[in-house]
Amino acid sequence: MPELVTSTKVNTLPKINDFVIKFANVNGSGSASANNMFAKAIFRMGIPVSPHNIFPSNIQGLPTWYEVRVSDNNYLGRREGVDLMVAMNEQTIDSDINSIVSGGFALYDSSKPLSDKLIRDDVHYLPIPLKDICLTEFDKPSQRQLFKNIVYVGALAAFINIDFKVLTDMVSDQFRGKEKLILPNIHALELGHQYASENFKCPLPLTLEKRNLTSDKILMDGNTAIGLGCVYGGATIASWYPLTPSTSVVDAFDKYCKRLRRDPGSGKNKYSVVQAEDELSAIGMAIGAGWNGARAFTASSGPGVSLMQEFLGLAYFSEVPVVLFDIQRVGPSTGMPTRTQQGDLLTCAYASHGDTKQILLFPSTPKECFEFAADSFDIADRLQTPVIVLSDLELGMNEQICDHLNWDDQRRYDRGKVLSEEQLSEIENYGRYQDIDGDGIPYRTYPGTHPSKGSYFTRGSSHDANAAYTENGDIYAEIMDRISLKFKTALDYLPEPEISSFNSHKLGLIYLGTTTSAIQETLDKLLKQGIHVDTMRLKAFPFHKSVKDFINDHELVYVVEQNRDAQLKSLLKIECNANEEQMYSILSYNGVLITAQQIEQEILCSLSSTEKTEDVSA
Amino acid sequence: MSYIRKPKFQHPDLQTNDLGFTRRDYEGTLTTLCGGCGHDSISAAIIQAAAEMSLEPHKVAKISGIGCSSKIPSYFLSKSHGFNSVHGRMPSVATGANLANKNLHYVGISGDGDSASIGLGQFCHIVRRRINMLYIVANNGTYGLTKGQLSATADLGSKTKAGDESLYDNIDMATLAIELGASFVARSFSGDKQQLIPLIQAGLTHKGFAFIDVVSPCVTFNNTDLSTHGYKNTWENYVSLGQIDFVPMRKEITTSYAAGKDKEITLHDGSVIHLHKAGKNYDPSNKENAIHHINTHKNNGEIATGLLYINQSNSDFHELQDTVDKSFNELSFHDLCPGNETLQEINHTFK
Repeated sequence: MPELVTSTKVNTLPKINDFVIKFANVNGSGSASANNMFAKAIFRMGIPVSPHNIFPSNIQGLPTWYEVRVSDNNYLGRREGVDLMVAMNEQTIDSDINSIVSGGFALYDSSKPLSDKLIRDDVHYLPIPLKDICLTEFDKPSQRQLFKNIVYVGALAAFINIDFKVLTDMVSDQFRGKEKLILPNIHALELGHQYASENFKCPLPLTLEKRNLTSDKILMDGNTAIGLGCVYGGATIASWYPLTPSTSVVDAFDKYCKRLRRDPGSGKNKYSVVQAEDELSAIGMAIGAGWNGARAFTASSGPGVSLMQEFLGLAYFSEVPVVLFDIQRVGPSTGMPTRTQQGDLLTCAYASHGDTKQILLFPSTPKECFEFAADSFDIADRLQTPVIVLSDLELGMNEQICDHLNWDDQRRYDRGKVLSEEQLSEIENYGRYQDIDGDGIPYRTYPGTHPSKGSYFTRGSSHDANAAYTENGDIYAEIMDRISLKFKTALDYLPEPEISSFNSHKLGLIYLGTTTSAIQETLDKLLKQGIHVDTMRLKAFPFHKSVKDFINDHELVYVVEQNRDAQLKSLLKIECNANEEQMYSILSYNGVLITAQQIEQEILCSLSSTEKTEDVSA
Repeated sequence: MSYIRKPKFQHPDLQTNDLGFTRRDYEGTLTTLCGGCGHDSISAAIIQAAAEMSLEPHKVAKISGIGCSSKIPSYFLSKSHGFNSVHGRMPSVATGANLANKNLHYVGISGDGDSASIGLGQFCHIVRRRINMLYIVANNGTYGLTKGQLSATADLGSKTKAGDESLYDNIDMATLAIELGASFVARSFSGDKQQLIPLIQAGLTHKGFAFIDVVSPCVTFNNTDLSTHGYKNTWENYVSLGQIDFVPMRKEITTSYAAGKDKEITLHDGSVIHLHKAGKNYDPSNKENAIHHINTHKNNGEIATGLLYINQSNSDFHELQDTVDKSFNELSFHDLCPGNETLQEINHTFK
């Protein structure tokens, strides 16, 4: 009988609701649903949990990891170091075993002996003959493969104290309508649980204790939230081209539309999803629809956004509302298609040739993905310009804990300045690009509104206030200046940054998007060392005045972002005229979510070097 | 460029149509194309076609790409909204516009550079999607606005004014459209108004994707004797399927057509196309026949024109997408937003 190979050289301090468990699998082996079940069970036990998928751009055979962080403190960012590794992939087992913290655990399939070189004397081993168990217990080849994953989840339930009923309830929920699958799945869970209980001292010093910290929360991925937000925001048209990691945005929109956007009487659709031939066509369709008065969007990622540049310039200059969701992945070029980055900030902020600027929104949670998606259509209609919502793979494709989604039933869509037939009848001289209100936003009309008034020619070539073609440079400049004014007005419609301040005026930190997941943990770590850092989370571009004020108000501002070239810092320099010396970049661009440890270390490092410099100068 | 404003004077005796509009009500701004440009004849044909069939001008949307051809929408129907988009991408803009409002007529104007080169991909896919619109390619075999480079529709051996010879086989937009499933495909010549106007009228009425490839000579850069897209070559090698008449639905079918002598095609709304002469023996419902007909004439150095192919049984894009009768741009907040109660139910599926 195999036994827990307990390391004698290291003591494992008990950890309750505060550890990292990582699953190393081969993709296409059916591990995803088992691993999801594991994370969700912890969520249902009321304990904050954050799963992170680190997967290959491949369908079958390459390494894939699923990293689950459990944290009573709600630290839901990534943390380096693995407390328990479920090492199921022979291709990566060397580095997987190496990544375990001293005193940690390795669960592996002992149907085959573990090579001696993989034995670390500061790691505890949990050998389970997963393959042999499944060979004995299941007849079908597919089940023998798939149920290995369920068996290790059952074993983990014993190892770390997962409420077994939570697991069996989840299996019943998951296979509702396919009842035949419920019993074998529960059987597989029991096999794992039984083997672990009988052969090892359970639970391990890594244990879960039930809490009540997630009862008002949901566990959702950002792309699903965006798709749902588009339904609530009144989008009727999604034109798109498949591209990881944005594909699930349109999948979610389609799924919810099938349920919520069918006319009950006729069964006909109040929406349309069009798979375009490429991203150029995808944004072209959305712009054509926006011009004609329907709310339309496309979703893509870096390579697609590069292709959309010309059209984004057209929509900017001819002032057509359109919404683009950029679920950023690692660039340049094809880059790492299944890893995360905040690398499209600059290319989106000034998308297209010539003097252009685009409205950007930066959601940081699935709840914000939902809200910003719905808001983006109002903003695009109000400002008559593209709105780009910049999410990323980390937020888009990983389930994350967030507050319940809410919708204010009193709210109505803001369709912006659109003239009706009646309004047109009363107007003497309509001009599409006249700035009647002095806010830089002109009035538009939909085709077909009025028999004799309000028609105009939309074009990306230079035009005057009445939309007529012109090569008069002064008139061109007037139009460009008015659009600049419109972008000042834009600030009234964009979400203000979120500031958290100790009023220290010394250290500030600016961040956005998924970097948020590491910030509270960073601040707590620094606070323990007596270091106070004020923070500002950006939610939109162009920046509000408060951004410049925040920078000016601090001696040193850390700009934390997930790309190589400090793109956010460049934007702050360009747009806020911020002093280079006043800003300190903390960058992460290895394709996985930035950690609190990294930010803390770099801040400490910067402070100690400043002190040294001060010492020398003194 | 339109430095000169078009006079607003209308002759009091100008004929009015069923809507009380004169031909002037269907015109656009003054053309800025070269004198004698075939494209101006296309504008004129559209104006006459729309006026005769009493189309409500504001119920038409005109969409184009970039190039000389794509300027055409400025020169007709100034009461319609127009959209001069980006090079080669008119099909996607037209598709989105059509999705947003199914109750307008859509006229897409493009050129051979716009549709056969930079926009060939979009052209192929708009045909496949069966967008309900009239798509006209003003085809002159050259890039006029950049001063005379050969385009992809220039026939092998055709020569431009600068003496450049086309070394490659041409792309035939009509056969391509038929292959890809267009349900109305015609070819005409900007110089043959008699044929072009009824084709435009039929194309506007046809439910589904109607395509007309119009040979439209570039007088400045590609009108030499050695150009297959010049006036001389086109007139000399023009093979017409004969005269066509279009009778809109609301008019009673007049007696000026001898019954039994013509071939009649009744469109979905009751309008009728009459094919005379050669056309009455030609079967435009047969795809293979149409392609054979075009290629046979091409091999003889001839240009086959007329209504080449029609299929009225196809569903259009909105039918395929099963969209509601109301236009998307008219759906209200209550039509679109599921409300907070539903959202709270959705929250519970993420527990």
